[in-house]
Amino acid sequence: MTPLIEVEHLTMRFGGLTAVDDVSFTAFPGQITAIIGPNGAGKTTVFNCITGFYRPTEGRLTLRGGDREYLLERMVGFRIAARARVARTFQNIRLFAGMTVLENLLVAQHNALMRASGYTLLGVLGIGAYGRAERGAVERARAWLERVKLIGQADRPAGELPYGSQRRLEIARAMCTGPALLCLDEPAAGLNPPESAELNELLISIRDQDRVGILLIEHDMSVVMSISDRVVVLDYGRKIADGTPAEVRANPAVIRAYLGDEEAPEAAHG
Amino acid sequence: MEYFLQQLINAVTLGSIYGLIAIGYTMVYGIIGMINFAHGDVFMIGGFMSLIGFLLCAMLGISSAPLAVVLVLLLAMAFTAVFGWTIERVAYRPLRGSFRLAPLISAIGVSIALQNYVQLAQGARPKPHTSLVQGGFTLYSANGFDVRVSWLQIVIVVLTVALMAGFTLVIGRTALGRQQRACEQDMKMASLLGVNVDRTISLTFMMGAALAAVAGMMFMMYYGVIDFFVGFLAGIKAFTAAVLGGIGSLPGAILGGLLIGLIEVFWAAYFSSEYKDVAAFGVLVLVLIFRPTGLLGRPELEKV
Repeated sequence: MTPLIEVEHLTMRFGGLTAVDDVSFTAFPGQITAIIGPNGAGKTTVFNCITGFYRPTEGRLTLRGGDREYLLERMVGFRIAARARVARTFQNIRLFAGMTVLENLLVAQHNALMRASGYTLLGVLGIGAYGRAERGAVERARAWLERVKLIGQADRPAGELPYGSQRRLEIARAMCTGPALLCLDEPAAGLNPPESAELNELLISIRDQDRVGILLIEHDMSVVMSISDRVVVLDYGRKIADGTPAEVRANPAVIRAYLGDEEAPEAAHG
Repeated sequence: MEYFLQQLINAVTLGSIYGLIAIGYTMVYGIIGMINFAHGDVFMIGGFMSLIGFLLCAMLGISSAPLAVVLVLLLAMAFTAVFGWTIERVAYRPLRGSFRLAPLISAIGVSIALQNYVQLAQGARPKPHTSLVQGGFTLYSANGFDVRVSWLQIVIVVLTVALMAGFTLVIGRTALGRQQRACEQDMKMASLLGVNVDRTISLTFMMGAALAAVAGMMFMMYYGVIDFFVGFLAGIKAFTAAVLGGIGSLPGAILGGLLIGLIEVFWAAYFSSEYKDVAAFGVLVLVLIFRPTGLLGRPELEKV
């Protein structure tokens, strides 16, 4: 299987601080790859490099979409989303709070709409396929609202939704961009157990039905272990383990990183 | 009563012009949070462009007034939009992400540069213009006082209402408008969804400039004279209008423009025409003290 994204020797330095140090891993389409590690391990920095927030100090990020290859570290932020089709959600929710739920999903599809409307000029004059494209976009948005169980809230301002619904809406919005790679930064943070279980189902359906590759940052080990196909473990910016959930759980370096030397006497003293 | 009605008509006309300029301030503020102090001079450029346009029409022998007005309007809007695009590209974009005062200073620089450019290119003397749209009709007559409405006033108000309706529709209903509102709320997130933020900002500047060109043309036709300095006062008054209505709010800009027009005209009519500017700016001070968010300036409102 050809990898969806190949991260090779990724390094990110901020002045004297090395947040990510020579990290390499691959993720495959139709798989969930979890990135775990203690706080400050550099997980979000990896995401920021992939989505163009930061320009990596060193390393290569190759995304294969369709039959093309994209070197993400050389692309401007919005092109990573528009051409290489990488979508992302945030640890702290970043919806367009003042816009309605439906509008949030339509913004995510605006590239197709702008082309169809002849960059608004023709659309205003009623020429071209704008009407059809807009109806298609609304249909797609509604289909996603069904899937995340928000169809009844379509016309409410996104900022008024309860926390758990906002999290689901953010994922639906990311999916409306039609991504090849979906990067989720702690999607289960702040969710109660039933909501968390629902989220797991949603992620599995995105993986299996839509065949989208998912990169997942998550602290909740029960989520990570139950839904991921592969796990990459970071500690102090370096990769310390990479493998299936079972392999990673048994890895002594991972146990040390999570529990610490002092608190794991049987590991330290033999 | 008749006098009042006449002044009301004059005020609505003037207010329409202010409202159109104010939209440019408010849209740019909404999307990048800066006051574009060069906007008044963009309005002035629009006035000059339409003056040149009318001269061209006369040269080419286009004597039909409606045709000439439409042609000149399109010409002025197109050229002034190019000015708006260029100003943003040259003077503001390189400073985006810099400290807040930097683009403001740059805007003042652009304003001075545009004034001096027009002064050099067109001369410092006021340019007279005989409007193609002449005449009007008597709306109402009593006690020996005629309440008159000129065709030009009707053109101005109708055009303003049409443009404002059109722009409200674009902002509220189209993909472009959604994109502008998204950029306004969270530029980074919008770019992560594939929105070309730079292009969206450029388009916003061009839309504001095109509206200012319409205002410039109507101002020139209404007063029959234009010089390189008109943008300063008209710009500051439109800015006052935008703040009064609530900066960032599109309906607020329109409402603010009308109110400033009313205040100015009625002050001149009933008190003293020398102090009409004082009255308009006095309102700015009062608004800033007692209602800094403006009349409609709630952040959740639809704004760009």
